[in-house]
Order: sequence, then structure tokens, then C-alpha cells
Amino acid sequence: MSNLRTPVIHLSNVLFGWNVDAVVLDIPELIINQGEKVFIRGPSGSGKTTLLGLLGGVLTAQSGDVTVLGSDLRRLSPSRRDHFRAEHIGFIFQMFNLIPYLSVIENVTLPLGFARKRFEAVLCSGVEPEQEAVRLLQHLELTEPQLLQRTVTELSIGQQQRVAAARALIGRPDLVIADEPTSALDTDTREAFIRLLFDECDASGSTLVFVSHDHTLEKLFDRSIALHEMNRASLYQPPLLDPKREVV
Amino acid sequence: MLIIHLAVKSLKNRKTTALLTIFSIAISVALLLGVERLRVEARSSFTSTVSGTDLVVGARNSPLNLLLYSVFHIGNATNNITWETYQELASNPAVAWTIPVALGDSHRGYRVVGTSLDMFEHYQFGDKQSIGFNTGQPFNDLYDAVIGSDVAAVLGYQVGQDVVLSHGVESRSLQEHQDKPFRVSGVLKPTGTPMDRVIMISLQGIEALHIDWVNGAAPNALFTVSADKARTMALQPSSITAYFVGLKSRVAAFRYQRLVNEYRQEALTAILPGVALGELWQLVGSAEKALLAVSVMVVIAGLVGMLTTILTSLNERRREMAILRSVGARPGHIFALMITESLIYAIAGTVLGFLLMYGMLLIVQPVLQMQLGLHIAITLPGLFELILAGAIIGSATILGAVPAWRAYKNSLADGLTVRL
Repeated sequence: MSNLRTPVIHLSNVLFGWNVDAVVLDIPELIINQGEKVFIRGPSGSGKTTLLGLLGGVLTAQSGDVTVLGSDLRRLSPSRRDHFRAEHIGFIFQMFNLIPYLSVIENVTLPLGFARKRFEAVLCSGVEPEQEAVRLLQHLELTEPQLLQRTVTELSIGQQQRVAAARALIGRPDLVIADEPTSALDTDTREAFIRLLFDECDASGSTLVFVSHDHTLEKLFDRSIALHEMNRASLYQPPLLDPKREVV
Repeated sequence: MLIIHLAVKSLKNRKTTALLTIFSIAISVALLLGVERLRVEARSSFTSTVSGTDLVVGARNSPLNLLLYSVFHIGNATNNITWETYQELASNPAVAWTIPVALGDSHRGYRVVGTSLDMFEHYQFGDKQSIGFNTGQPFNDLYDAVIGSDVAAVLGYQVGQDVVLSHGVESRSLQEHQDKPFRVSGVLKPTGTPMDRVIMISLQGIEALHIDWVNGAAPNALFTVSADKARTMALQPSSITAYFVGLKSRVAAFRYQRLVNEYRQEALTAILPGVALGELWQLVGSAEKALLAVSVMVVIAGLVGMLTTILTSLNERRREMAILRSVGARPGHIFALMITESLIYAIAGTVLGFLLMYGMLLIVQPVLQMQLGLHIAITLPGLFELILAGAIIGSATILGAVPAWRAYKNSLADGLTVRL
């Protein structure tokens, strides 16, 4: 079954560094298939944020292929990458995910204003964006009507993260990338949050890439990848030797 | 649409600073517009102190001096025009009407103008307005006087009031025409011209005042002529100070001017009042340019204040920008968001500025009209004001590009995550 799945993310021989002498990421191969829920684990400094930057098209690799949903991100212009990210990827971050001056509903529907396909996907399902936002929030167990009227800063961190999840999921993006979304939550709410996130990813057919340093969550996922083991950059640090110089 | 919505919401979130910024722009805009309006109105009011008069004729003098004493009643005439000369020049076929004026007396600092009834018929100011009466009527009797609105307001005079005129124009005159008191027959409407500060009597009245005077000196008690006796005497004036001319055709103005200037029997000067008033405004009007320059500076200060507000807010909004980027906003959107914010500041500030200006006008207009006789019309913004508004909004947009560009660069550098 899994063989039939198409890869959503395909990284091969990806090399990224802020400058020539400091390679941060060197990944020989990474494949994540459609519908998978992948846990990427790594201590801080192992290149998690950089990897997400590459997948989101905010950073470009010096060499190698970064293929997301069949598009080689390195070949796209910056503005095309921005479009691509808006249309296909939903992000959830650690905390302070929401725009403080927008209502809960407005926060959830925000990506639709920038991504036409996701907007149309909502309309095709026969509901208004606001209704879809309410539906997602209900699925994420934010059901109280008065909650939706409040400003987002009045919500608890757990509630804020669920709003952020609804925002990442609206318009059924192909890929949901979560960067330590549970680090501000306590243990009980953590698991509940992840289960809700799973259910919604299943419902919308989205692939989930979940990055965290918290290995207690690992067991909930289909697959777990240890970034620091896969990232060869850690092998030649320090000191960093130029391979060419070694040859000579 | 989304960007505008976001910009408005974001500004609402920072209500206090946003409102203060808008208000500071509004005040500077109101000041600029107010000064501009006052400038235009003051100039037009000034340059139309006399209108409809083609020429002013007086004794040979500099045009400016002639204008000052004949129209503004400032300073003194160096010489008079004899009655005969006046009669001859006034009967020129090109002349439609003339208004003679005889100056030299005063009442408590206000000038007495001896004139004829032609004054009320032909004299015009502003936008071809005649001088009208608030109460009363023109002088009928030899000892009737018509007073300007300022005179009436300041001295509290009404129709029927007796006034004693003084010889000479000093505010505290030693010699009073006590023997021949005048009675106020009419009070003029405010005009915003020197006409508000005059007391007008007939030329015969002037003559009667001085009938017993010899060589400019008060008569010896033995030779005084009583007011009633003066009525019975011949009161043909022997000279006047100046006269205003209305021509049948304005085309003849230069010809008539040359005729007067080259008049052989007497040294005279004829001026085109519009031209002379324009020259005078060049002299006194430089203050208004300074005022305008200052208010332009105030607008610039207002806009720089806006720039400061936006730039200061940028750092604390980096996370907001990063979130927007993560939900799909492109750097161009961030730029547009910031520019939109500047535009909202500028447009709201300018509109509020216009409203403030009109509000101030509504309050100030009656006061100015009453106190200074300066009529400021409350009209829709003129072309120049619209250009000013456009320039303010345009400059705000250009200035707004600075923080917008920085936000753009920040959002490119920060990507989707900001570590604060």
C-alpha cells in the first residue's frame, strides 16, 4: 500500500549552509509520502528550523533537490515559492501563532485570502469560509460560541494552538508543517492536541510533518526520523574540512 | 481588499497611537489649509478694497502715497485739487461718475471724509458691492454724518447721536469743531475696508465747519459763524483732496490717466487703484508667505511624526509580519500593507484636517466678519486646496515607502519565524 503512495517531500543530497564554511544541513535522502504523519526529532541546533525553511521555500539549498509535491523548489522564483507555500502548506508554530488584532474566525480564514486554490477548495465543499472555520474549530473542540467572538489574546495557549491548527488545515492544504506546536502545552493537552490534529489531517488528506525535540510524542506517529542522525552536517563539525582540500 | 482590511484592523489594534498620529496630521493640515484660505481671502479682500473705480486722482504724489491717503486714509495729502480743476476734469466726456473726497478732520481718531451722495451710489468694494446701510440713511442735512460700522461698534454710536468733529487727524486733537455738532444719520454695514472706520459728511458740511477759519486757524471768538448762520451762506467747496473716477468705458482709463498726469494748470496724479493695491500687497503681503512657509513646515513635521510612529512599530510587528508570511502573504503584500497604513494615516489625517478647518471657519467666520470685516467665504475646497491635499497624501505615500521597504526587507530576512 505505502509503495503506491506518491512522495510529498523528496530531498536528495541537499546541502545548506549560511556560508561556505558553515554547513548546517547535509541530507543525503529524505522521502515523506502522501498522508504520512512523520515525526522529525532532533535536539536544538540539529537543523530543524533550517529544514522547515527549505520545505517552506523560504530558504534555498546550495545544492541538491528539494522536491515538494512534485515541484522542485530550487527552480521556482521567490515569488512562485511564496505562491506555492500559500497554496499547499499550512504552518503551525511554537506559540504566538495568531494575529492579535483579528478575531478567531478571521485568523482561521486568513490563509484563504492569499491562496486562491484553498479558497476555492472551501467554496467547492459548499460552505462559506466562516462556516468552514467554525466546522474546523468544532472538530478541534473549540465549540463555545462566545469563544469565537473573543479576541485571540484572551484565549489560553492550548486554545490558541488549536486555532492555529484550524488555520493550517483550512482549505485542505497538501502538507501541514508543525514546528514544536506542543512545547507550550502541558502533557495532557499535548496528546489530545496531536490526536485532534491527526483526525483533521486524515479528514483533509493532508500530510503532516511534525518537528519536535520531545521524543515522548514519537510513539503516536507513523514514522519517526532523527534529524541529527540523518544530517551529515553534524559529522564534520567541528572542525569543518573542505573535502576538496583533503583530496589535494 | 484583504490588505486594506488587515491594515485597518491593525491600526485599530494600535488605536491610541494611530489616532494621535492622525490627529497630528489633521492639525497640521487644518493649519495649512486655514492659513492658505486666510491668505487668499486677505489678499482678495485687500486688493478689492476699492472696486469698480477706474482711477483715483489726487495732487501730484507717488501712486502708493495717493492710494494710502485716499483709500486707506493713512497719512496726509500733500496738496489739494481745486474745485475748478475737479469740475473741469469731472466733466470730461469719458467720465461716467466721480466721487469727491475731502479729508483733514477727524473724530476720536476716526477720519472724517467729506464727500457727495455719489459715494453711496457709485463707490464699490469687494465683489462689486456697494456700501449699504445697517441703519439710517445717507446724509440729508448739512450737519448729518454717516458712520462706518467700526466707528459705531467701538464708540457705541447709533442713529441720532451727536458728534463733535475735531480739526486735524491726530487722535487727541486740540481744536474741536464744538460750535457745529453733527448728528449721525446712518450707520454703514461692515465692509472689511477702511470705510468701516470713517465718518462721512457732505462737502458742504466740511465747508461749513471751516467757513470762519482763516488760514487753517480757528476763528477769533468775535468772528465765529454759528451753525445756523452757516446754513445760509454759500458753501461751495474751494478744493477737495482727491476724487474717484468711474469711466464710461474702461478702455479710456489710460487716456484719462495721461490727461490728468499732464494737466497743465495743476500737478496731479491719477492711479489705477487695482494696480496700486497689488503693488501695496507686494509690500505688506510678505508676512503671509512666511506664514504659509511655516504651515508647510508643520505639515512636514506631522508627516515625519507619522514616519516615526510607523518605524517604531515595525520592530514589535515583526512577528505579525512573519505570521502573515507563514499563512501565505508575499513580501509584496507586506510592502502593500505598510504603504496602505501610511495612506490611511494620510487620508484620514487630511480629511479630518479639512473638517477641522471648516469647523474652525464656522466658529471664526462671524468673529472675523464682525471684528475685522474680513469675510471668509465657506466654500468647497478650491483647486489649490485639492492640490495641497493630494500633495500631502502623495508625500505620505512616498514617506510610507521607507518603513514599507524596511518591513519588506525584514520579512525577507525573517522568513516564517522570528526569534524575539
